[in-house]
Amino acid sequence: MKYVSPRQVIFPGDPVATSDESVEGAVYIDEGKYRASSIGLVEFRDNKIVVVPLEGSYRPKPGDVVIGYVTDVLASGWEVDVRAPLAAWLPVNEATAKYIDLEKTSLTSLLNVGDAVIAAVKDVDLTDEFPVMLTLREGERLGKIESGLVVELSPVKVPRVIGKKGTMITTISELGCDVIVGQNGRIWAKCPGPEAELALLQVIEKIDRESHVAGLTDRVRALIERYKGGGSARP
Amino acid sequence: MKQPPVPLLVEGRRADGRAPDQMRDVRISVGVISNADGSAMVSYGNTTAVAAVYGPREMHPRHLSLPDKAVMRVRYHMAPFSTKDERKNPAPSRREIEISKVLREALEPAIFLEQFPRSRIDVFVEIVQADGSTRVASLTAASLALADAGVPMRDLVIGVSVGLVNGVVVLDLNGLEDNYGEGDMPVGYMPNLGRITLLQLDGAWSRDRFAEAVKLAVKGAEYVYGKAREALKAKYFEIAEEVAK
Repeated sequence: MKYVSPRQVIFPGDPVATSDESVEGAVYIDEGKYRASSIGLVEFRDNKIVVVPLEGSYRPKPGDVVIGYVTDVLASGWEVDVRAPLAAWLPVNEATAKYIDLEKTSLTSLLNVGDAVIAAVKDVDLTDEFPVMLTLREGERLGKIESGLVVELSPVKVPRVIGKKGTMITTISELGCDVIVGQNGRIWAKCPGPEAELALLQVIEKIDRESHVAGLTDRVRALIERYKGGGSARP
Repeated sequence: MKQPPVPLLVEGRRADGRAPDQMRDVRISVGVISNADGSAMVSYGNTTAVAAVYGPREMHPRHLSLPDKAVMRVRYHMAPFSTKDERKNPAPSRREIEISKVLREALEPAIFLEQFPRSRIDVFVEIVQADGSTRVASLTAASLALADAGVPMRDLVIGVSVGLVNGVVVLDLNGLEDNYGEGDMPVGYMPNLGRITLLQLDGAWSRDRFAEAVKLAVKGAEYVYGKAREALKAKYFEIAEEVAK
């Protein structure tokens, strides 16, 4: 039995369905009932109920592309802030394929505190001192960020930036920006000009704020059309 | 026994004009502190608590982290200007340290701490104005701030106090009733699950009065929970209305 309807906003503890239903997302089971474990939006996807969280933090998992800032340089690698509740580590051998003689070269010549990197999560191991291991070598377009800008939004809204089957990111690409979306809610973009940058910032802010209101892709498209029409993106 | 400056209960009316089973005016807003991951402000009459949640984030110092779950830290603090007569010394008192622990233990059963090993969740509660029932107002504010931060939780925890005044069980004690009443019972209640996470009691209560008090607390908590839901909804519905324009 279902207790919810599509596109309903629900709160922690709200009953979603009895445990014989198929339910996914931000839920838990208590005494034979699925209940929401977070503020969320209900979606029905082919006979499945999905509770999409509307608030929450980033939880790293292997394979994620993330954007981080170097916070410390240590003897054989860098500590990186990836907005996770666990410490993240980028070792030298995962940063470059070249041989680095640690006695002769300073690691700061490669990356220094404050530098931004696009990295992939190689492994999450809670027994390590730094549980999140990063790599710049296992994936395309990873490495130090040299230009462009980094925008932040809530990590739980990242799937909305990409959209179902990539619809949203295709719409956004009409701005002419080169975009890489980090799973930790940081987005790198390099745009043809400041107007496109501004429009992109507005699009991302819109997705962050309005993702629970139906018709998001259409509103984003309207914003982009306005930008392309030469007018200010601000209504 | 101290004598109250005004009678606490006259012909079924309390000193502030309320019926015994009536809450004070409850005002709740969510997302009041933009620096925090989640926040809420809760007022029960003249008692106002502001809660801010940070995390889950890395645990420092690392040796205090736990291998299998997150550490929750709660700080309850009364602002120096929160009290009526004398300025409250801003240094955390014995009482505030104890209430911090009590609040933590009332929140922990509602939160999936095991989903965030080696991390910490910080909850700060500041009493901006104190007029009785501060710990339960803090509990409501803290659980709403946790929900606003998106920390996975089983249910909200709603705090309400009940007390004994002239032998009558009353809901939501104010400062006067707190000081001169015969009994005081703060309750933390998870309204969806129907479970109690906090129950303290002082004063001399008969078994019947206690049972009556628990029932009244649940009734009060359900009323406050209604207000809490409205406050959470408001955050999303305001955006929806703005978009519709």
